[in-house]
Amino acid sequence: MEFSGRHKSARFDDALFKGVTFFFALLVVLLMVFIFIILLKESMPAIRQFGLGFLYTNEWDPVQQRFGALSAVYGTVVSSIIAIVIAVPVSLGIAVFLTEMAPKRLRVPVGTAIELLASIPSIIYGMWGLFVFAPFLAEHVEPLLIRYLGFLPLFRGTPLGIGMLPAGFILAIMIIPFISSVTRDIFLMVPPMLKESGYGMGATKWEVIKNIVIPFARSGILGAVILGLGRALGETMAVTFVIGNSHSISASLIDPATTISATLANEFTEAVEDIYLSGLVELGLLLFFITFVALALAKLMISRFSYKGERIG
Amino acid sequence: MNSDNKKCNFHYSARRAVNFAALGASLLSALFGIFFLFWILKDVVVSGFPAINAAFFTELPSPPGVEGGGLANALLGTLMITVIATVIGVPSGILAGTYLSEYGRKSRFAFAVRFLSDILVSAPSIVVGVFVYAILVKPFKGFSAIAGAVSLAIIMLPVVVRTAEEMLKLVPDSTREAALALGAPHWKVTVHIVYRGALRGIITGVMLAVARVSGETAPLLFTSFNNSFWNFKLTEPTATLTVSIFNYAMGPYEDWHQKAWGAALLITVLVLSITIISRLIVRGRTQQ
Amino acid sequence: MRRLIAVFTIALFLTAGIVCGASAAVINGAGATFPYPLYARWSFDYAKTTGLKLNYQSIGSGGGIKQIRSKTVDFGASDAPLTARELAEYGLIQFPMAIGGVVPVVNIKGVTAGQLKLTPSALAGIYLGEITRWNDKRIAEINPGLGLPDEAITVVHRSDGSGTTWIFTNYLAKVSKGWEKKAGFGTSVSWPAGVGGKGNEGVATYVKRMPNTIGYVEFAYALQNKLVHVKLENRGKKFIEPTAASFAAAGQGADWKGTPGFSVILTDQPGKDAWPIAGATFILVYKNPDDCVSAKSVLDFFDWSYKNGAASARALDYVAIPKNVYDIMEESWAKEIKCGGKPLWKM
Repeated sequence: MEFSGRHKSARFDDALFKGVTFFFALLVVLLMVFIFIILLKESMPAIRQFGLGFLYTNEWDPVQQRFGALSAVYGTVVSSIIAIVIAVPVSLGIAVFLTEMAPKRLRVPVGTAIELLASIPSIIYGMWGLFVFAPFLAEHVEPLLIRYLGFLPLFRGTPLGIGMLPAGFILAIMIIPFISSVTRDIFLMVPPMLKESGYGMGATKWEVIKNIVIPFARSGILGAVILGLGRALGETMAVTFVIGNSHSISASLIDPATTISATLANEFTEAVEDIYLSGLVELGLLLFFITFVALALAKLMISRFSYKGERIG
Repeated sequence: MNSDNKKCNFHYSARRAVNFAALGASLLSALFGIFFLFWILKDVVVSGFPAINAAFFTELPSPPGVEGGGLANALLGTLMITVIATVIGVPSGILAGTYLSEYGRKSRFAFAVRFLSDILVSAPSIVVGVFVYAILVKPFKGFSAIAGAVSLAIIMLPVVVRTAEEMLKLVPDSTREAALALGAPHWKVTVHIVYRGALRGIITGVMLAVARVSGETAPLLFTSFNNSFWNFKLTEPTATLTVSIFNYAMGPYEDWHQKAWGAALLITVLVLSITIISRLIVRGRTQQ
Repeated sequence: MRRLIAVFTIALFLTAGIVCGASAAVINGAGATFPYPLYARWSFDYAKTTGLKLNYQSIGSGGGIKQIRSKTVDFGASDAPLTARELAEYGLIQFPMAIGGVVPVVNIKGVTAGQLKLTPSALAGIYLGEITRWNDKRIAEINPGLGLPDEAITVVHRSDGSGTTWIFTNYLAKVSKGWEKKAGFGTSVSWPAGVGGKGNEGVATYVKRMPNTIGYVEFAYALQNKLVHVKLENRGKKFIEPTAASFAAAGQGADWKGTPGFSVILTDQPGKDAWPIAGATFILVYKNPDDCVSAKSVLDFFDWSYKNGAASARALDYVAIPKNVYDIMEESWAKEIKCGGKPLWKM
């Protein structure tokens, strides 16, 4: 390393290096903008033809070439809500277990095991869901749901093992590691002083968690939940295998449905007419927009908690 | 630590019962997660293991009805596409991360880059596939390995940007100042001192990013497509393990399902071991 | 720094070199799932004897049409014939490669292959969602003695664009006014009822896996999966078993020569032994291809397959196109496919 002299060339090199790093940082911004622009451009024909009606009509008719996003949006949102309803309590439980309950020796292995769930590729979830979990649900779980909860329209239908509920359940398993790891980190940031003073007043562990830790971490937890929601909304392969791919809106959670991502995976290479393809890209744009908003919200809430960015892995 | 046995009145035992139930529920939650991890892994191993044999690693897929064959080309395709994606995504990500940690720091622009990276990390990967189809497949008239690699690189980029930044930030400013005081130019300090200090962390981040993209399917469906033969050209469609799993799992033949499970086992072992190894590296560092 | 720049430059050149150095050696085709086993087999044998590679991926007929139109592949394959007008508009020609049949398949406890009989109106009723239980009178009265269960029918259809769907819905629209009005026909339609599976494979998997289902798949998939097919009533009021012979019977009456662009539709044919849901599967190529070398290779492959692949077609339960159709086809290659103004194919 020649550290001395050649100031001019060094200054030039410095500027060049800074320029190069700046360029790549800019690339991230440009990429985002570019994705939006390209999706918008490709979906213009559909936007022009269907207008706002695309958002609230339920028709998905490639023959008549009339497209509406409602059933796909409905499936995307409902399957994600099911996932959140299942995943949030479980993830909070895991975070509590890892921070307050588990003996020190167990924390790392249990924490790692949960996080490994996040690194299983989504296609594996899909395949396992179709071959193992769906038959299991169809034989053992859904008949019981139909028999005992069938008075609710939510649980009427044929036990197929594929549909909205199975998709939501698999999504829940997939997002649990994300929500629980962010929540755990946030729990760890609760000042010990606060907790100690709770214990000092004779509170039980659960009371400290309920009345001190959770209120303190509320916005961070909400952020973690929305982060999980963002993941669930955009998940493709796992859902495509188990949701049943049906463009209809049914009150029953047992019935097959579809999501935006499953529709894209199934139909994107197949769409012949330009307007069909354009409608599919518009769906993609819609999904990108929805997840963008959800993730931006999550990010803002977590960063308010002075938590920097998503944990990776 | 809070148990106070003197106050054994009814009210307190009710509270203790609630406490017990709540903690029990948290234990159950952890067991729930671990249960599914092992259930999935068990099925992948049990169903995938019989498919793993020499032919699986050396032969091309056989047509329906012809016994035997393997997924050697898909294995190579996955390696090739992941390596190219890494070659594109990792340097770009590290350089962008360098800007955030060394130059941008608290500027508005750096904030925007961080914000958008965090969003891109979780952006739906299928949309990335649609995007790359529009910019690389349609205009150049053909599915290609390079299109698949670019979509994986796009998915990788934000992950690397954020990890690189975090890891570079861990290098104390005093180190930078010491080197700068010796008269070294800023870029040299970054390349020779800061990068070296953050090397282990960056490698870990890169490994995690590689693990993440090597299991991706959705963005490859309409970019790298599929191929029933060997392909060594970047401009031709290429088979990958994950797309093969998708096609085979949806297929009717028992033999295909078996191969899909085999590929699933392979990719799972690959991804999990990269994840675990990188975790061990991280732990090694924090214990130092 | 200079070293860094140098490394970057070299890397860039290397990448560029790999990208540009490539030339076409593999023929890429995509489309219909129906002939997939056949083309995969032919391609396997072709590669063994000639060393030339043809990569065929079954992504559905809709996909085949779209990908050839956006020129991402060298040929497309579709079970749904394009009309002569569409062919002219896109600058494509099509030719048939094989004849096959679409077969309704069921999974009902105790019912074996060929036992269940269905009339066109019963089949349409099921797919319209009007007949919802297996013991419905409209099914029971044509199947006396077959103990059909009191269970809900789960209808399985394709979730993707597909020529199999085209043939199937084309048939339903011909035999049922209600279907024509409500759903129409196409490579994918707005289904009144049911679950969607991706590809023939997807439908086969669902029907195999779930009790009390009915689906429709291409015949070879039904056989490969040992699915339970039904007997269907044809125009001659005869219940027909799906076989290679009954598909060929449907192809016999068709006017191959007089139909422009080979757009022959083989559903609901009058022949007394004709299977009612039959269809041909087509290859689509450009009339004036940009890449003449690949275009010629495509024709070479199908020419080879016609001459050498009849036995493997039979083994996989496909009906190869008759000699007279092949002759008309070769004539149209020689007449219509041109490269730089010169005919690409010499007879």
